[in-house]
Amino acid sequence: MSHVFAFAETRFGKLRRAGLEAVTAARQVADQTGGQVHAMLAGPPGIGEHAAQLARHGADVVLVLEHEAFADYNPEALAATIRGRIASGYRAAFFAASAQGHDLTARVAAALDLAYASDVTAFTVAADIVTVKHPGYTNKVIQTFQLACTPAIISLRSGAVLPAEAPRAGTVEQITSAVDPGSVRVKVTKTEAAAGGRMDLGEAPVIVSGGRGLKEAANFKLVEDLAAAFGNAAVGATRAVTDDGWRPHSDQIGQTGRLVSPDLYIACGISGAIQHLAGMRTSKTIVAINKDKDAPIFKIADYGIVGDVMQVLPVLTEAVKKAKAG
Amino acid sequence: MKIAVCIKRVPDQDVRFKIAPDGKSIDETGLKYDMSDFDGYATEVAIQITEKAGAGEVTVISIGPDAVQETLRKALSMGAHRAVHLKHDAPVHDGSAIAAALAAELKDAGCDLVLTGRMAVDTQNRSVGALLAGKLGLPFIGAISQLDVTSGTVKARRELEGAYELVECPLPAVLSIDEGIARARYPSLKGIMAAKKKPMDVRPARLGEQRYVLQALELPPERTGGRIIGEGPDAVPELVRLLKEEAKVL
Repeated sequence: MSHVFAFAETRFGKLRRAGLEAVTAARQVADQTGGQVHAMLAGPPGIGEHAAQLARHGADVVLVLEHEAFADYNPEALAATIRGRIASGYRAAFFAASAQGHDLTARVAAALDLAYASDVTAFTVAADIVTVKHPGYTNKVIQTFQLACTPAIISLRSGAVLPAEAPRAGTVEQITSAVDPGSVRVKVTKTEAAAGGRMDLGEAPVIVSGGRGLKEAANFKLVEDLAAAFGNAAVGATRAVTDDGWRPHSDQIGQTGRLVSPDLYIACGISGAIQHLAGMRTSKTIVAINKDKDAPIFKIADYGIVGDVMQVLPVLTEAVKKAKAG
Repeated sequence: MKIAVCIKRVPDQDVRFKIAPDGKSIDETGLKYDMSDFDGYATEVAIQITEKAGAGEVTVISIGPDAVQETLRKALSMGAHRAVHLKHDAPVHDGSAIAAALAAELKDAGCDLVLTGRMAVDTQNRSVGALLAGKLGLPFIGAISQLDVTSGTVKARRELEGAYELVECPLPAVLSIDEGIARARYPSLKGIMAAKKKPMDVRPARLGEQRYVLQALELPPERTGGRIIGEGPDAVPELVRLLKEEAKVL
């Protein structure tokens, strides 16, 4: 019997949604192949409290690795531990295609000397072959690959699988690090939330994004205000804006920045250059506000308002506040 | 300091791609090619390190058909010192096979640093850096947005979703470079002239087994949008109604 492994990513002692997505994906595969889902939680003492939530999302077994040296991401100790666990008896292993997930997935594949599938948006697992899809060419082309490795190591793009409840026993098994987690070569010395404590672009259901149409950095306040009115929104920006230093590079949405698909994307003063569209065109609903009625963004927007973003945004912010209150 | 930078020649991405009749490659008609963006940042970082130290050597390495020599020459014209072309005509998508060829080239090269871009913008796998580090037995830090290399130690910052982390490791190491750290310089005329005389070694690429194989390419479904609901602030009530009642996102 081969099992399916899922790495449940945490940060600051909290489970991340990407972790539940990995467990849900593992459940889908295990339901086909008949194996068990073994989900792993790693963190400082107390991280095991999230085991029940993993069980609710389909983990038959929750492997809990608790140690002070895992309070920050500890890539080498984690990779060595996961390698030891999944080297045999597992058909597939799922990770998040997050910043840490990308890093960890590659390290685990390196430790096992296997090829792996990165940033996957769809997958099928058969007995001898795994087929995956993942975007390429700056998200403008969908690539289909076959992966001939066991275990099939897969990192999942955020939103490729939605967390679903499928309660299982979630038997907790305490595990230890395969190497001394204090004597690794690569050490994370600090992890800190970005200023403002806003929602992350990859996790927020709503993204309000600004471009050059805002004219100057200070006017991003209008974008921030609209995001705050939603309460579940993150703030993004175009490359032109991050290159000019109005916003940090980590806020950039587009072909060389973040690739997002929120439920609602509001493009403010964004013309819709092909580089930007590559990063957000898979959003479920797109709203565009731009003074140029011929801007390419209107071709893909579900709802467009032609107008000066500086005049429209304050009115929209008040209307959203009222709608949220009502 | 001895630095190797692994770079890839990719099509310029500011276009609408078409799929070739074979269904598994891009129609190359009219495409321009250049160094993958992140590899440009990695090359720039390497050159800046040697410029700052006033010593050192930057070797750029690329796998591909003869056309990659043009990309390698560009890196030489930016200021890299020597180039290695690992010749292989067919496209390779398996990061592990690519890492094997690079590791074969680098294992006895005695580099202090090996740099890659965070990802190639065509395949978007982001796998080669870590896989190469694994094969070389070196520490790895990926997707670096700020970097400080001093006396045998690398200190780096990595951007996370809504957070960042500071990471350290000893040299030698393999690092992958993200956006925001340095813009690739434009080659000067002097640089272009000098590059013509810089050494370029050509060897066959000793690729590993390919276990991640491309089956098909397709274009994502077109979005149907294009509905303008009104002009200026007066359109806001209608927008809010549609977001509530039709899109159900408010």
